[in-house]
Amino acid sequence: MSDNGYLNIITASNLTYKQKVLHLAQAAENSVRPLKTTKEFDRFFEARALDDMQEGNAPYRPRYICPDYQHFSGHGSEFLHLDAPRDLDDLLWGLSMVYNNVPSVTSRPVSVGQLDKIIDPFLDGVSDDEAKRALKHFLNYIDRTVASGYCHANIGPEDTRAGRLLLEVEAELQNAVPNFTLKYDPAVTPDDFMRLALTTAMKCANPAFANHAIHKHTYQGGYQVVSCYNVLPLGGGAYCLDRLLLPGMARLATSVDDFLDNILPSATGELCNYMNERIRFEVEESNFFQSSWLVKDGLISRERFTGMFGVAGMSECVKELLHLGDERAYGTDPEADELAEKIMQKIYDQVNEFDAVYSEVAGGRFTLHAQAGFSDQVGVTPGVRVKVGDEPEVLYDHIRQAASLHRFFNAGVSDIFPVEPTAEKNPDALLDVIKAAFSIDDKYLSFYSSDGDLVRITGFLVKRSEMEKYAKGEAVLADTSHDGEGNWRANDLADRKVRL
Amino acid sequence: MSAHVPINNIIPFSLVDGPGARCSVFLQGCNIRCAYCHNPETQSLCVACGACVRACPARALTLEAGAVVWDSELCTGCDTCIGTCTYRSSPRIRHMDAREVFAEVSSYQPFIRGVTTSGGECMLYPEFLLELFGLCRAAGIGALIDSNGTIDFSEHEGLLNVADGVMIDVKAWSDAWFVHLTGTDGATVRKNLAFLAERDKLEEVRVIVTEGWNDPEDAVDGIAATLGRRVGAARLRLMRFRHFGVRGPMASAPSPSDARMDALEARAHELGFGEVVVS
Ligand code: SF4
Ligand code: SF4
Repeated sequence: MSDNGYLNIITASNLTYKQKVLHLAQAAENSVRPLKTTKEFDRFFEARALDDMQEGNAPYRPRYICPDYQHFSGHGSEFLHLDAPRDLDDLLWGLSMVYNNVPSVTSRPVSVGQLDKIIDPFLDGVSDDEAKRALKHFLNYIDRTVASGYCHANIGPEDTRAGRLLLEVEAELQNAVPNFTLKYDPAVTPDDFMRLALTTAMKCANPAFANHAIHKHTYQGGYQVVSCYNVLPLGGGAYCLDRLLLPGMARLATSVDDFLDNILPSATGELCNYMNERIRFEVEESNFFQSSWLVKDGLISRERFTGMFGVAGMSECVKELLHLGDERAYGTDPEADELAEKIMQKIYDQVNEFDAVYSEVAGGRFTLHAQAGFSDQVGVTPGVRVKVGDEPEVLYDHIRQAASLHRFFNAGVSDIFPVEPTAEKNPDALLDVIKAAFSIDDKYLSFYSSDGDLVRITGFLVKRSEMEKYAKGEAVLADTSHDGEGNWRANDLADRKVRL
Repeated sequence: MSAHVPINNIIPFSLVDGPGARCSVFLQGCNIRCAYCHNPETQSLCVACGACVRACPARALTLEAGAVVWDSELCTGCDTCIGTCTYRSSPRIRHMDAREVFAEVSSYQPFIRGVTTSGGECMLYPEFLLELFGLCRAAGIGALIDSNGTIDFSEHEGLLNVADGVMIDVKAWSDAWFVHLTGTDGATVRKNLAFLAERDKLEEVRVIVTEGWNDPEDAVDGIAATLGRRVGAARLRLMRFRHFGVRGPMASAPSPSDARMDALEARAHELGFGEVVVS
């Protein structure tokens, strides 16, 4: 970055102090280049056929960390000089201190944990009113200090008192942070709890719903859903998330066959090697795992990390490869959908044959993630989603199409549906849709009310009102309002089809 | 096998036509004329006057052998045809038999909990419903009838046996209001209400709340009195009148205030309705 670049950050009028510090740190990190890349990788990178998700040139912390906060609630922390919490107050204050010391690629924690399970044991003898008062402070603390829509909390699949109270408080607060995922398993989660969750979702776009019956088998020892629906090992996380930018790859190909036989295997191989480089640096050079208090205090272990191999822009990719005009589109055209499946199968096979370093928790393999895109990326529809405007007329066809591709992704894949506000009065209707979708192996669904202030961008939530402020040049608390504002416009998200 | 019937629309996902996710089938044609009807274009059958054919900007309509033919591929959904038609009809009608409708409905499995037939007035086609519901039931798809209640259900026992229940409108309680609003009296509706409750087939009772066009308070009282001890098992839906889609004298009629809706809701609770939904 030029001197001017640094000065632009320092003098920006639409960044908060903390955001400036983060941008400056990123600029400093990117002033060095410890990772070696191949010529072929650089060629793909230049052509925007793959990228590193702006993770920075010199990874000195994993991208996403999912600490085992229950370990903290049972044992406290030596590093933070905190005894194991004895009551709700102890717990919530303690967690707040812990969160403040959990890094990530955004410098803020992306996981605040499986909150219902962590909190529930501390509710004995606490009235609903007392608990809700405490939870409000706690959740507001997270919203105002973490202030990143990539931050995520999990609840479910069991119906717990803590889970219910959290949902009730969420509906009142209307916060954008943290995001909530409810792990849903129809065999475990009662309909009644789901109704509460769905009416809450209609009020504040939270929670979203993960197919627990499938995801519980992803890793031994539990999982967390964080950020834009990354399914990661609990007590570990993801070293990195790098991705194939399928549209850029398609532009390099001379034909469908050239794409499948040359570009795709080459780019996939390059990205896999590059990820191994990143991970080696992180594990062997950065000293993160040697120095992190999270490791010493038992909240994470190196062995529970893996790398996420991301894929984005399937819609534009098949459009380019098949020269689709306005008449046909990915999502509804059988040939386009068939090609997408073929592409995913090839990527899946190649990634699952590659030996990923330091990724024991995922069987020595990278996990696949349908990357949801960020910032104002034009022409890259998230993951394998259908582009806004091309959605099938019938919602069920949309979900079927999605589910047919979800099977390739073990580390997160999702779809987002705006819903008529009247759905709040009929949560059973949404519940029917979720049950059906999960029965055909759809992995993740989220909803928001088409007239609410809280809207989902790629997975994270932002307030329309905050995006508007940022667009006018004002500083706003959450970084994700920046990403959201660009993305909202670039991807015509306001035009998402409302069929529910 | 039942004959082909005029289908105005099949909506794969409806939030407002009964419990859970439902596919709604709208039949064309109605036996009454409610002033507040929000889709009056479902009331009558097309007389092939040709006005909409000439008006269609997308040339999606043609007159062939004295009937309007609609090309759904060309249609842009601009609704010019509906605005043009002075017969309270629509040219975008599909004539389908029960098997064809069932094929479409069942293609939405496993997402839907059931089908709801509506209209127009679906009870104008009882044989069609009987066959459709039989097919649905065999496939594990629930079936509800959404009716204006002016057709005597006691004459359709067979149909009731294959239907999960009936959602019935009580548009007004006194005959004076009923005639004012619909052009006909409400005797059959009141009879159906008692009959369906007795048969345990009353899925939902609906009252549309208007300002000055019906007597919703009396209707709620009357329904409660008729249901007697069964009131606790009944779901009452109080719907605020909205002018969208309405034509004629009520096109600019006001919606009831929140205060009135709240008072009515409170009254319904006091009367002991099992569930009261306001929408
Ligand atoms: S809605 Fe009616 S007028 Fe408009 S294109 Fe379709 S058929 Fe023609
Ligand atoms: S739909 Fe109406 S306007 Fe069109 S031909 Fe039939 S009666 Fe005439």
